[in-house]
Amino acid sequence: MQALFGQLLIGLINGAFYAMLSLGLAVIFGLLNIINFTHGAQYMMGAFIAWLLLNKVHIGDWQLGYWSALVIAPIVVGAVGVIIERTMLSRLYKLDHLYGLLLTFGLALVIQGLFRNEFGSSGLPYQIPSLLQGGVNLGFMFLPIYRAWVIVASLIVCLTTWYVIERTKLGSYLRAATENPALVQAFGINVPRMITLTFGFGVGLAALAGVMAAPIYQVNPLMGADLIIVVFAVVVIGGMGSIMGSILTGFGLGVVEGLTKYFYPEASNTVIFVVMVIVLMFRPAGLFGRER
Amino acid sequence: MNALKQSLLALAIAGTFVAGAAHAQISDNVIKIGVLSDMSSLYTDLAGAGSVLAAKMAVEDSGIEKRGYKVEFASADHQNKPDVGSAIARQWYDTDKVDVIVDVPNSGVALAVSQITKDKGRVFLAVGPGSSDLTGKACSPNTVHWAYDTWMLANGTGTAITKQGGDTWFFITADYAFGQALERDTTAAVTKAGGKVLGGVRAPINNQDFSSFLLQAQSSKAKVIGLANAGGDTTNSIKQAAEFGIVKGGQSLAGLLVFLTDIHALGLNNAQGLIFTETFYWDMNDQTRAFAKRFAPQDKGIHPTMVHAGVYASVLHYLKAVEALKSDDGTKVVAKMKELPTDDPLFGKGSIRVDGRKIHPAYLVEVKKPAESKAPWDYYKIRATIPADQAFRPLADGGCSLVK
Amino acid sequence: MATTISRSEPARTGGNLMLIATAVMAIILALAPVAGIYPVFVMKALCFALFACAFNLLLGFGGLLSFGHSMFLGTAGYVCAYAAKSWGLTPELAILLGTIAAAALGTLVGALAIRRQGIYFAMITLAVAQMMYFFYLQTPFTHGEDGIQAVPRGRLFGLIDLTNPYAMYYTVLAIFLAAFLFIYRVIHSPFGQVLKAIRENEPRAISLGYDADRYKLIAFVLSATLAGLAGATKAIVFQLASLTDVHWTMSGEVVLMTLLGGMGTIFGPVVGAFVIIALESYLAGFGEWVTVITGTIFVVCVLAFRRGIVGELSAWWARTRN
Repeated sequence: MQALFGQLLIGLINGAFYAMLSLGLAVIFGLLNIINFTHGAQYMMGAFIAWLLLNKVHIGDWQLGYWSALVIAPIVVGAVGVIIERTMLSRLYKLDHLYGLLLTFGLALVIQGLFRNEFGSSGLPYQIPSLLQGGVNLGFMFLPIYRAWVIVASLIVCLTTWYVIERTKLGSYLRAATENPALVQAFGINVPRMITLTFGFGVGLAALAGVMAAPIYQVNPLMGADLIIVVFAVVVIGGMGSIMGSILTGFGLGVVEGLTKYFYPEASNTVIFVVMVIVLMFRPAGLFGRER
Repeated sequence: MNALKQSLLALAIAGTFVAGAAHAQISDNVIKIGVLSDMSSLYTDLAGAGSVLAAKMAVEDSGIEKRGYKVEFASADHQNKPDVGSAIARQWYDTDKVDVIVDVPNSGVALAVSQITKDKGRVFLAVGPGSSDLTGKACSPNTVHWAYDTWMLANGTGTAITKQGGDTWFFITADYAFGQALERDTTAAVTKAGGKVLGGVRAPINNQDFSSFLLQAQSSKAKVIGLANAGGDTTNSIKQAAEFGIVKGGQSLAGLLVFLTDIHALGLNNAQGLIFTETFYWDMNDQTRAFAKRFAPQDKGIHPTMVHAGVYASVLHYLKAVEALKSDDGTKVVAKMKELPTDDPLFGKGSIRVDGRKIHPAYLVEVKKPAESKAPWDYYKIRATIPADQAFRPLADGGCSLVK
Repeated sequence: MATTISRSEPARTGGNLMLIATAVMAIILALAPVAGIYPVFVMKALCFALFACAFNLLLGFGGLLSFGHSMFLGTAGYVCAYAAKSWGLTPELAILLGTIAAAALGTLVGALAIRRQGIYFAMITLAVAQMMYFFYLQTPFTHGEDGIQAVPRGRLFGLIDLTNPYAMYYTVLAIFLAAFLFIYRVIHSPFGQVLKAIRENEPRAISLGYDADRYKLIAFVLSATLAGLAGATKAIVFQLASLTDVHWTMSGEVVLMTLLGGMGTIFGPVVGAFVIIALESYLAGFGEWVTVITGTIFVVCVLAFRRGIVGELSAWWARTRN
């Protein structure tokens, strides 16, 4: 029984991570209807910038560690996202979504390839920040402090994003703009700029997840590649257009996966796809989505 | 023309005839070496461009070109895909006149290349792959397996650690053929040495998060946690094991397939205390250190792994055999390589068995603590040496058709 | 989804022009090995060309993007390899068995996925493909990472020894041409017309009385079967069936080939396949740059070259004639 509690807690922690990771994609995919396959590469860039800041950037005596990376990396990668959107993606809005997907897929290959050529494939070491090292013995398991931090940070980021999008005026403009851009533009709101900034925000969220991952997963150029499919699955299951749907699905998936790892570990990679197929069969727009 | 000049002329003319005859049996008068490696994914650092470099250094050090032989190189990336690798091997043999293929990390590709090499009668110097089937069920008179194989790793690590007191084990296994083979072979070695396997868990391959499996390993209270996985799975499990305080909590971690470059990627903070087996370490003696000093600056600072060393040594020995035989006919060269004892600055003295397995001693190493390391890449302390005749699977047990 | 995919069809369906082009292609391919081009390279390109044509049938003509087509390629490859190696079947029977396996899988997946549209359809195909990948990774008969190796080429019909490179080559060419002509017939049949109508405007087609789901399902199964044929043939040619063929990046490659060659054109996928295989072959020596270059081609194609090679050529041809 104790072991089960431990596994559930770990499942929750992983779920928190999935939720945060999927959030950026949920914003872009769900709201803007852009299929951003570069999400995994942007996550990876966030982790690498954290590493670069720690090891390559020296401003006097200052070390740009984890905490500064949490702020700097999302901004830098978000800016890259803005450039991508302005120069390339925006040309494809009038066309089929397929093209946006293919473009971002190609970009992901380019980015991953370049990073791999430069940094090799084994990965780079990145330590857990000293403030968060060590752990607490909970009796039924040893909980590393960093993992507890992941839950807290994820909840903060997810709930803040949800609140901004669903409950504030800015968020309502955004939601209106994605449903009926012409009308909202007629009201004097600069819709293209809003879309660009939202895209940048979603990309920044991916990078933020990358920085959070750096201390616990090996920082290597291919770290986003296999994760991207899982993230897409989370967003699709949660339902496009629903931020809360993605968040809840992220957490839920973590728990389901955790239980699978305990009872039938060999299947823990496939369980998400099984869930996705079942959900799509019975609720075509995802659990919380609205059919468009 | 006086007598001296005449005889000198005669000698020179005779010399060219002899030289011509000596090379008459080298196909197209060129020894063409193909380095087929992984240049773009998992094994780039432990093999990759470093393998090409090692092969070139071997040719240079052998001095064979000064004795009139011509050597050419080809290199390609098999991307860890058996069909890409086998297509390249086929094309190299059919149209590009390659005589010998070296390296090929990735057992799936290696098995395919071994088969094609046998069909075409060339030479395959397998250094990168781990499958012990290459000198077992799938052995071939055209293949030599250098550096390491899974049986040796499992046996070396399993036996040595158990004998040193780590007698209860728990496995975290990557759930595919390779991981399962590692687990099976190590279990056999541990039980033979008097230890007990308390349990294990099968994790899916390319899994990022091992916390759940590490938790199970912790609660098993086994003295040793065996990591029957490779590449990213291994580095992730080690990193997270450090996070969960596994080693601090008294259990030790045994890696079953770990390379120097993995330790470099993890950092000593995470990897300290890890125990595993290798057959080469750059800091073992003066000769290996001299090699590393030449190698590292040409490979982005990466110090030679046992794969790089194996490529160097195998190419050196291959050239020796070709020169002795004055021919690069594949099957004959391999036979000659088995006949001649090996001696190189990196592995010392050794030999190649009839099943194609190169024999040399193996070393049980432990990763140093950060305070114990004096320079980058100074990562190992050698805990034990396993003599060559005990390190590898006994000849009779492999099921190789070449063993009578 | 349907209306805005840019595709290019020649100004007239130009039946005669197509047949002439097909004949020219067949002659060039028939003479290639005699002209000194390495046959194994062309065989690989032909298998992938068939795969891309099958994929194009579904995407370019049916308007359905599948992310999981590699599962058909790989399933057929594994079944064929196993049949040839462990059951000792002659190559044509092994290939047939592999193709049937792919067709069966296609029917199952199609039935499941057809009910959904657009991105959801794609995600279901991806999800099933991933499940198949993990299944193949773990089942013993596939030998996991090593793949099924040393598959015998055997004797075609018990008579022709396929280890002879020319025999193998012309067999592959025959299979490719037969499948190519089959696809051509399908597209220019009443079935093909209805399929195009459904792609252009599904509600209208339904209102005219056509059962859209049934047509889409048939297209899906045909596409899966032909992809399977490509996979099974490839397994015999390379004497190997491995996990690469069921990995999702293989599904990505076929999209690239189709896009580069020209979606919705008949010859596009063939051209695209040959270009990509040639590029990979040429770049193998450059190792690390393959991914970057592939990605760049994707990006450039999508931004500036959407009609693909054949598409652009057709458009240029149409312009010069006017």
